[in-house]
Amino acid sequence: MGAGPLLALKALYKNFGGILAINDLSFELAQGELLGLIGPNGSGKTTAVNLITGFVKPSSGAVVYRGRTISGLPPYAIVRLGISRTFQMVKPFYQLPAYKNMIIPLCSPRVKQMAGGRYGDRDAVALDLLEEVGFERDAQVAYKSAAVLPQGYLKRLELAKAIALKPDVVILDELFSGLSLAEVASIVPIIERLRQEGKSIIMIEHRLKELFRIADRVVVLNFGQKIAEGRAEAVMASDAVKKAYLGVEA
Amino acid sequence: MERRKERIDRGIKVRAGDVFALCSWREMLYLLAPRLIPVLGFLLLPLILDNYWQKVLLSVAAFALLAISWDILAQSGMISLGQALFFGLGAYCSGVLTHVFGWPPLLALPVAALLGGLLSTLCLLPVLRLRGVYFSMVTLIIPLMLVRVVEATKIFGGTEGLSGIAPLPSKWIELYLIVGALLAALFGFRRMLDSDYGLVLKAIKDNDRSVINAGINIYWFKAQALFIASSLAALTGAFMTHVYMFVGMPVFALDYSILPIAAAVVGGPGTLAGATVGAVILVPLSEVLRGIGGLRIVFYGLFLVVFIVALPEGIFHYIQRKYHQFERWVEVQ
Repeated sequence: MGAGPLLALKALYKNFGGILAINDLSFELAQGELLGLIGPNGSGKTTAVNLITGFVKPSSGAVVYRGRTISGLPPYAIVRLGISRTFQMVKPFYQLPAYKNMIIPLCSPRVKQMAGGRYGDRDAVALDLLEEVGFERDAQVAYKSAAVLPQGYLKRLELAKAIALKPDVVILDELFSGLSLAEVASIVPIIERLRQEGKSIIMIEHRLKELFRIADRVVVLNFGQKIAEGRAEAVMASDAVKKAYLGVEA
Repeated sequence: MERRKERIDRGIKVRAGDVFALCSWREMLYLLAPRLIPVLGFLLLPLILDNYWQKVLLSVAAFALLAISWDILAQSGMISLGQALFFGLGAYCSGVLTHVFGWPPLLALPVAALLGGLLSTLCLLPVLRLRGVYFSMVTLIIPLMLVRVVEATKIFGGTEGLSGIAPLPSKWIELYLIVGALLAALFGFRRMLDSDYGLVLKAIKDNDRSVINAGINIYWFKAQALFIASSLAALTGAFMTHVYMFVGMPVFALDYSILPIAAAVVGGPGTLAGATVGAVILVPLSEVLRGIGGLRIVFYGLFLVVFIVALPEGIFHYIQRKYHQFERWVEVQ
């Protein structure tokens, strides 16, 4: 492994008015690692992701990516460096067919740069990417308007949009929420394939059982603070985590 | 025996919305006619109309261009209430270039379009981050401010304006220049909006965070759309300066902001063709109503209200939908 972690959060603080949403948060993501980010509702998981991706600026502290401080950069610039994310609330372009939704990320300067200065046939690339995340090629789903797609496909579309950017770090914000067990089971291999390709992944998840099967390590947040970090079983056995999740002294 | 209409195109539409076989004249005509009729109409009308209605046609084309410009902005998520800003800046640019620097009108026109577009873009650049009604408010205020600036500083003729500006070489050049510009803008920018570039613009309107998340600098794209749209409106303003042979404070009037919006909304926003259809209906209507005197605006307003209530999708969307919808009569027991 190279020198230092791929991505590091260093003593991040974020104030929303009087509310301390993120309180002295530090953790690291190694190259090729799958890190789970968990915690009760309102514990600051999504804010942490927004801080990494630049949608929210930290009150203090820094996000360091490949040795370079990226906090303060605009979100589109951070994406261009190779960090892409999905949104918890899916954000498709509803009026467009699914595969046309893919055109937007495929218009990104990052895609051109990764492909050696050319964009290529975006429609064809879009269909390939959608097939990768489970839009069956012969079933016409890819041509259907995003407005009529069921939630499972919208989540896949969201994932495909993130992958289209050929990222090094993928941040999945509650990708599994709202999906059935069968749907989750069919998305897990896609995530495992991303890992085999060497991508580093941060997953925010409430579906802990599914997450623990694939995560190397988890970080637990509560009230914006990191209360535990480590392997899944060890973390879940800790008293602080039990208290945060169950609200009782264990 | 009762009869009802049955759709016979649904089976095809489910599979593909836009695939037509080009194997007969009828089918080719089916696709060509909606494009050919407006082109031929605009090209032939100047030859048929009398002097007065030629002026009306000029006005139709000018407002259609302003409405197209508004629609391009609206498609990129920027609702402009200040087309008069772009129109006025273009008008003043061309006026000053010909009046003060003695440029020939045909050279001043394109330069004024680009210069007017550039100035408009610079004016609105600081507020590009604003969304929705906040952006609209600023576009509404700036032209009203500029009127007062011209009045107070007495710049470029002040309240008197600049008159005696060189006209275009002939009436025919005038007519075909604006009609040509309209057709080029209509078909050219329709194509642009259908391209991947246009898709990005429309996506910004739909969901700007998602576009940012695709690594795209939406402010750069919005600035480009703003430049394109304002240059188009500035060209119209520059053109009208040479038609009226005058430029003054009225170029920032609210009419130039509101009428294009009415045209785009009545015609159906999002297609540019709708904006054109709207202008083709509203401008002559306003002329015809001139005969009834004082109540003109009331009838005009009433017409607008009826249209917006009865056909909220816009005339063009309605016609387009019906045109691509195949039905036959079937008997119902």
